[in-house]
Amino acid sequence: MNAPDGWKHQNAVPPTDTAEPDYFHKVVDCQWACPAHTPVPGYIRLIAQGRFSDAYMLNRQSNVFPGILGRVCDRPCEPACRRDRVEDEPVAICRLKRVAADHKDDITDRLPKKPAKTNGKRIALIGAGPASFTVANDLAPFGYECTIFERFGEPGGLMRTNIPAFRLPEKVLSEELGYILDMGVELKLNSPVSSMKALLDEGYDAVFVGTGAPKGKELNLPGRDQSENIHIGIDWLESVAFEHTKAIGKKVLIIGVGNTAMDCCRTSLRLGADNVKVMARKPRAFFKASAWELEDAEAENVEIIVNHSPKEFVVDNGVLKGMLFETLEYVLDEKGNITKQTVTGEVVIECDDVVLAIGQDNAFPWIERDAGLEFGKWDMPLVDEVTFQSTREEVFFGGDAAFGPKNIIWAVEHGHQAAISIHQYCQQKLVTTRLPNGVKLAPTKMGMFEWSFSNSFDAAERRIMPHVELAKRFKDLGTEVELGFTAEQAATEVERCLNCDMQTVFNAPLCTECDACVDICPVECLTMTEPAAENVLREALEIPASNTEQALYVSPALPLTSRVMIKDENICLHCGLCAERCPTAAWDMQESEIIINHVEDMVPGASS
Amino acid sequence: MTSFAKPSINLKNAKRNKLGLTRRDYEGAMSTLCAGCGHDSVTACMAKAFFELSIEPHRAVKVSGIGCSSKTTAYFLSEAHGNNTVHGRMPSVATGAAAANTELTYIGVSGDGDSLSIGLGQFAHAIRRNVNMLYVLENNGVYGLTKGQFSASSDIGSRSKKGEENLSPPIDPVSLGLSLGATFVARGFSGDRAQLVPLIKAGLKHNGFALIDIVSPCVSFNDHKGSTKSYAHTFQYYHPAVHADYVPMADDIKTSYEDGEAVPVELHDGGMIMLRKLDKDYDPQDRAAAYAQVAKRAAKGEIITGLLYVDESQKDMAAMNKMTATPLNALPYESLCPGAASLADLQNRYR
Repeated sequence: MNAPDGWKHQNAVPPTDTAEPDYFHKVVDCQWACPAHTPVPGYIRLIAQGRFSDAYMLNRQSNVFPGILGRVCDRPCEPACRRDRVEDEPVAICRLKRVAADHKDDITDRLPKKPAKTNGKRIALIGAGPASFTVANDLAPFGYECTIFERFGEPGGLMRTNIPAFRLPEKVLSEELGYILDMGVELKLNSPVSSMKALLDEGYDAVFVGTGAPKGKELNLPGRDQSENIHIGIDWLESVAFEHTKAIGKKVLIIGVGNTAMDCCRTSLRLGADNVKVMARKPRAFFKASAWELEDAEAENVEIIVNHSPKEFVVDNGVLKGMLFETLEYVLDEKGNITKQTVTGEVVIECDDVVLAIGQDNAFPWIERDAGLEFGKWDMPLVDEVTFQSTREEVFFGGDAAFGPKNIIWAVEHGHQAAISIHQYCQQKLVTTRLPNGVKLAPTKMGMFEWSFSNSFDAAERRIMPHVELAKRFKDLGTEVELGFTAEQAATEVERCLNCDMQTVFNAPLCTECDACVDICPVECLTMTEPAAENVLREALEIPASNTEQALYVSPALPLTSRVMIKDENICLHCGLCAERCPTAAWDMQESEIIINHVEDMVPGASS
Repeated sequence: MTSFAKPSINLKNAKRNKLGLTRRDYEGAMSTLCAGCGHDSVTACMAKAFFELSIEPHRAVKVSGIGCSSKTTAYFLSEAHGNNTVHGRMPSVATGAAAANTELTYIGVSGDGDSLSIGLGQFAHAIRRNVNMLYVLENNGVYGLTKGQFSASSDIGSRSKKGEENLSPPIDPVSLGLSLGATFVARGFSGDRAQLVPLIKAGLKHNGFALIDIVSPCVSFNDHKGSTKSYAHTFQYYHPAVHADYVPMADDIKTSYEDGEAVPVELHDGGMIMLRKLDKDYDPQDRAAAYAQVAKRAAKGEIITGLLYVDESQKDMAAMNKMTATPLNALPYESLCPGAASLADLQNRYR
C-alpha cells in the first residue's frame, strides 16, 4: 500500500508489553484498587454459578475476612469499577462478597489445620485486630507459634469496639476470627502489653505490632472539662460495644463527619437519642465519610449541618446545654479548593450530649523510647513501607499502627506483607526479598458464540440493598440494618460485572486488517492507524482515549500495512465481540489470573 | 448462547451529530455475514457517513438486490425505508422510488454478481437516466453466497480457492460507469475507511447517479493467495489517486485546505466536494483522461481508488424529465389524479 500522506512515524509508541504483570492487572481496576488485590471478577463469577463456598475461599486468600469486609469494607474497588463508564453506579462488589459469606457451606475443612508440630519460631502479635489476625492466618499453618495479646476481653480490635453491631454482627466477626484461632493461634485476652522491653525479653523470634490508632482526637475548647456529657467518639463506641454505656441524651451533636461520626450518630439513635445532628465545618464535598455511610445515616433522619465550626461548649452549672458554633462561608476556586473562608455569625445549638469524632491518633506509650525502635515525625515509629520492619529488626508493624489510620482492608494487606517479612526473617533470609507478581492467561473460547464467561452486556442497574424498616431498627443495638441481597438481586447484580479479567489478547501476525473488530466494538474502543506518539494515537480513536490514567494498548506492526492496532483499555466492556468477529482469532479473550504472593507462596511445596 | 448481539450502550462520552444522535443510532441488525467480510466494513462506513451528515435515518431509502452485498441493507440505518428486491432489479425499484419522492436520500447496495451479471442492463440504464442516488457496488470477484464461483468482475489469472484460474476478462464497473456517462465515479476499498467514509458522503451529496465500486474481500472464498481481490493483494496494489472530502456549506473551507492543495467542486446544496490529488497526473474532471488513466493503471495491475470522475453540471433524472419536486404523497389528490376529463384531454392530444 502506498503510504497516504501525513504518516509520521517519529516518536511512535513501541508495542505494549502485555506480559508485564501489572498491565493486565491494571485493566482489572477493582483488583488493582484493592490494597489486598482481591480477584473480584473471579469470585463474582463463582457467585453467579452459585459456588458460594468457592467464591468465599477465593476471596479469603487475599482479604481473609470476606464476611466482615462484605459488610464494612471501605470498598476502594467500587469507585474504581469500570461499570461507571457506561452508567453511574459501580457493581455492588462489597455486598456480593457478603452473598458468598452468608450462603457458603461449612468451609472449615478447607482451611489449614493446626499443624502437627511447630517450627519452633514464636511470634508475639500485639492487638487482636485485623492486622495481627492476618499475620497469624498466614504464619500459623506453617508451624509458627503465634500468640496474640489483647487488652480487652474480646478479640477483633476496632472491628468489635468501633464498628457497631448493627453494621457488623458479632456472630460474623467471631466466626471469621475463629477460623484463624482454630489454626492453633493462641489468644491472650485482657493482656495489655505495657512494656515493649519486657515483651522483647521474653525471647520471641519476632514481634508484630497491630495496635491500631486507638486515641481519639480531643477538642480543647472552653467548657470541655465542665461536663461528663462530652465524649470521645471511639472511646464512646467502645464503651457501648462492651455495654458499659447503655444510654445517651435525647439531643446529640456529633462533631466531625467521617465514618466514625456516622457510626456515632447511628449508635446514638439506638441508645435513646431522637434528635441527632452531625456538625461539619466544611461543605459536603469535603466530607471524609463514604457516600454510602452518609446515605445510611441520613436515611435514619440524622441531620447533617455544614459550615459550622465549633467554638465553645455551653455548660451551665455542670450541665451541658449546647454548643456554640461559628457559621462559615467559603469561596471555592474552579477546582473546588477553598480559597477563602469568612465567619458570618455565631449560633448556639442545644444538646444533651456531644460526641467528638474528629479523627484518631496513634499512641505508643508502652514502647519505651530506648527499646531500640526509632521514632520519627509525629512520634511515629520508623517503619519500612515494603517490609513493615521497624528499626529493631525483629519488630514489625502493620495496620493503623504502621502509618496511621487507614482501614481494615489496608490492615489486611499490611498483615500479609509483614507476615512475609517475619517468615523471611525467621528463616534467616533477606526480609526485602519479595516474589514478583505474575500473570497467567487461559483461553476461554468454548465454541461458536460461546465463551466460558457470561460475555453479553447486561444493562441492569445496581440493586438496592434492602434494609430493616426504620421502625424496627432502633429496638436494640444488634439488629443488622442491611438484610443482604435476595437471590434475585444477587443473580442480577453479578451480571453487571463486566469481567474485566477476561482480557482481549491480540496476536498481530494473524491479523488480516479486515476491520471486523473495529466495526463490531460496541464502545468504539479499537482502531487501526499509523504508528505515532501516544497522544496522537489517543486522538485517533473514534472516541478519543482521554483518560490517560488508563492504558492504551498498541500492537506490533500489522502484517499487511504496518499500521498498528490500538485499543483504549478504559472503555472496553470485555464483551468479546472483537474476538467473536475476528476471522483469524487474532483477537482472543483470555482469562488473566494475577499472581499475588503470600507466605504460602514463599514456602516450598506449600502453594496450592 | 446460540448467537450474539451487539449491545446498545449509553456511552457517556459518545459523539453526537447535529440531530443529537450517536453513530450507534445509525446501525441496523447484527450482520449474519462471515466474520471478517469486507461488506461489514462498508456497512460501518455507511452508518458513519450518514451519522456525520446528520441525515435523519427515516429520510433515507435503502434498496438492494440479491447476494451477500444485498443483505447488508439490513445492517445499517434500521430506521430507514428499505426494499430488498429481485436479483439485479434494484435499479428499477430505486428509479421508481426516486421518481415518487425526490426529497429522500436514496442508497442502492449491490454486488458484482447482482450488478455486472444478471442486473447489468438495469445498472447501465440507471446510470444513463442519472437517477439521483448513491449506488454502492461491493465487489469481491466471487459469488460468495453460492460458495465462491468466479463472478463477472474476476480478473484474468485470479485463482479460486481450489486453485482454478479465471480466464474470462472482467467487467470493470468504473470503466463501465465512465463510458456510460456516469457523473460520479469512484472506487474504494473496505479496508480504507479514511478514504471510504468521505467518498460515501460526497456520493450521497452528489446530484445524480453516484457510483462507488468498493473492493470488499470475501473472507471465506476469495481471500487466499492467488486471488486479486484478497485483503493482502488489495493492500499491496492499492493506489489512491484522488481524495475527496465533502464540506458542508456552513464550514469554512479555507481553514482545512491550504491554497492550491485542493480543487473545490460546488454542489447543488451549496456544499463542496474538495478534490485532493494524490497522483498529480490524474484529473478527475476530464472523462476521457480519467478513462485512459484507469485503463493504464489496470493494465499495470494497480487498483486505482478515490473519486475518479465527477461532473456536477449534468441534470439528474428528475430535471431531465421535468418531474415535480413535490413528493407524490404530498400532492393534493386533484393534481395526482385529475380525473376522467383530463385523461380524455390528454388522449385527444395524441389523436
